[in-house]
Amino acid sequence: MISDVDFHAAYLDSILDRYGHAATNLLQILREAQEHHSYIHPDAIDYLIAKLQVPRAKIEGVASFYSFLHLKPHGEYRVLFSDNITDRMLGSVELMQKMCQQLWIEPGKMSEDKLVSIGTTACTGMCDQGPAMLVNGRTITRLTHQRVQEIGQLIRNRTPLENWPADFFRVEDNIRRKGLLLGNTLAPGDALCAALVLGAQNIAEALKTSGLRGRGGAGYSTGLKWEACRNAPGAAKHVICNADEGEPGTFKDRVLLTSHADLVFEGMTLCALAVGAQHGYIYLRGEYQYLLKPLQAALQRRRDAKLLGKNILGHAGFDFDIVIHLGAGAYICGEETALIESMEGKRGVPRNRPPFPVTHGYLQQPTALNNVETFCQAALAIHMGAENYRAIGTPKSTGSKLISVSGDCPRPGIYEYPFGVTVREVLQDCGAVNTRAVQVSGPSGLCIAESEFNRRLGFEDIPTAGALMVFDDSRDMFEVARNFVHFFAHDSCGFCTPCRVGTSMLKQTMDKIAEGHGTKYDLSEMENLDRVLQTSSHCGLGRTACNPVLHTLKRFRPAYESRLKSLDFVPAFDLDGALARARQMTGRDDAGAHIKAEET
Amino acid sequence: MSEKKKLRVATTSLAGCFGCHMSFLDIDERLIPLLELVEFDRSPLTDIKHCGPCDIGLIEGGICNGENVHVLREFRKNCKILIAIGSCAITGGLPAQRNHLDLGDCLTEVYLTEAGLAHGHIPNDPELPLPLDKVHPLHEVVKIDYFIPGCPPSGDAIWKFLTDLIAGKTPELGHGLIEYD
Repeated sequence: MISDVDFHAAYLDSILDRYGHAATNLLQILREAQEHHSYIHPDAIDYLIAKLQVPRAKIEGVASFYSFLHLKPHGEYRVLFSDNITDRMLGSVELMQKMCQQLWIEPGKMSEDKLVSIGTTACTGMCDQGPAMLVNGRTITRLTHQRVQEIGQLIRNRTPLENWPADFFRVEDNIRRKGLLLGNTLAPGDALCAALVLGAQNIAEALKTSGLRGRGGAGYSTGLKWEACRNAPGAAKHVICNADEGEPGTFKDRVLLTSHADLVFEGMTLCALAVGAQHGYIYLRGEYQYLLKPLQAALQRRRDAKLLGKNILGHAGFDFDIVIHLGAGAYICGEETALIESMEGKRGVPRNRPPFPVTHGYLQQPTALNNVETFCQAALAIHMGAENYRAIGTPKSTGSKLISVSGDCPRPGIYEYPFGVTVREVLQDCGAVNTRAVQVSGPSGLCIAESEFNRRLGFEDIPTAGALMVFDDSRDMFEVARNFVHFFAHDSCGFCTPCRVGTSMLKQTMDKIAEGHGTKYDLSEMENLDRVLQTSSHCGLGRTACNPVLHTLKRFRPAYESRLKSLDFVPAFDLDGALARARQMTGRDDAGAHIKAEET
Repeated sequence: MSEKKKLRVATTSLAGCFGCHMSFLDIDERLIPLLELVEFDRSPLTDIKHCGPCDIGLIEGGICNGENVHVLREFRKNCKILIAIGSCAITGGLPAQRNHLDLGDCLTEVYLTEAGLAHGHIPNDPELPLPLDKVHPLHEVVKIDYFIPGCPPSGDAIWKFLTDLIAGKTPELGHGLIEYD
């Protein structure tokens, strides 16, 4: 019989070999180690400490940071229900209860036979075909009572995931409106040829002329970024594609990586040419693991077609290749510097900026890091010419934008518009009626009411990373905000105190109001908390975490006020109930053993 | 010139160690000018048992039993401005270390299981306040107007805070006076 240590060494050695025994690949190593054993075994950690020469605190620190890495057994089947508000609106909470009943387990706990555990996870990017879940990392869409029951049965029978009905795993693109990007007819290499004619040194300039701005939300000029990266001194330069699409309600990158992967790679290769990089990476969010194999196949096709690798398209010295890094469930890694930290095998904690990634990025080298959609748009802009590109959209927001529409509408999916489209037009196209509110750009974005539906999507008015969640008049906007606040509290990276503590306090206050203990005082406390978070958080997560509450308080105040008690202050817990245990232990029930509610 | 009316100040220690009160006494000789401006109502300094109408209430310590709740409510009812002073009042502090244990287990361990107890039983005299199942910070039970952090906050911090308040300014501690440990 082989010993436990040998057992773990056997699979770890091959993983370590593939990742060059480099601690900078720790996240990838741990992720693959977990695939072998369903959780990261203590013996495996001992082995990695010895082989990678890193302290235990580092390995356990990384492993405990990411939601999808586990240091304890979670069962043969790990079921995670997507917990975005859009999933909830489609009935995910009830489905999860049903499944827990069916399998006789409590949420968050493993069944006694170590077969299964059921929990929730942040938005899995399937809002247009929810409710969704992940089973051992694999995405399952369009859950119904029947489907959940079938899944329960498959788990009970210990049916391997490969043998589950393929329809469970089907992910639709749901492209509803095509434009410049989704309707493009470029063949692989077209944009690169145009770029080579233009000349490497002129690409950044052309993008500046085109007015292209980053599609991840911040909207920085892509041309300026690439130029800065080109001019930055460094031994090796890197191109990173941010495919950590974690903002709840956003799923456009999923569609681009499914149906326009070549254009994404083309844009990255073009970027490499522009900045002089040899190494490219896609940071793919763990929730999209099912895209890994198709993407790797697409990369291989490009290598075979001389569009990646050495001497691309026969140009001596134009060397570039792309590898895929898989995330492991951390919203914060969508922030560019946290993403880089994560790629370096660390906890995804945002860095101080400056220095910016263009000078000190991955491995402290100059790095051009852009959103999936930005790379596609860059390829299109170079192919069609900067002036032609500039003519689309609005003066300060050129080109088109993919909008991920979900929530209360009959046609959720991906809509592409030139920048400057009004929210009302989007609502009409997706067939939304009786709309009460729209959440633009996810929980950290903006919540608007009907009177504002003529506002325009674009950097001049409402900037957006692409999410648009629709809420009709049956929805309670307090519960929407509460869902978002829970999300931020869960996904705070925990590095800075204002955000770690502040998001939890916000969550507690929202829960207090939900349970009927809220007062006007609590509303003003949340506004105070917002000031602290906005002024003292380390990164954007903390600065935007109060947005859902502030925006809904401003527009839907009655949703809060109807829950308040009229008193100035009410404790968050039942005072007399808090003495129950002591009464039980002492056998007392005299007047002194009770606390009466205060007279007001 | 008519003499300015003195402000009434009450202080108490709930689930605390009196360390904050000791720190208060660290304002040393400044107690004398302070007494020109304020007079003390209920406080360990006066031994007055119940609080009357006051301008300022200072409370150290968190809420660990029923009596704490009554005292806190009495202060809230009588004090225009209520201040939580020190870590225990603000977060529950050291006494809140018991919050992750079951109260019944605690009482059993202390009064029944522990060796050397002759007639071990859990005290149940009605004179004794009953412990709450968890220790809470003050602001979870009543509204608190100001917080002075520190374990304990320094005499200088308390002095600065009170003199600001008495002068009618929004108190600001600033660098060097705010402590979190």
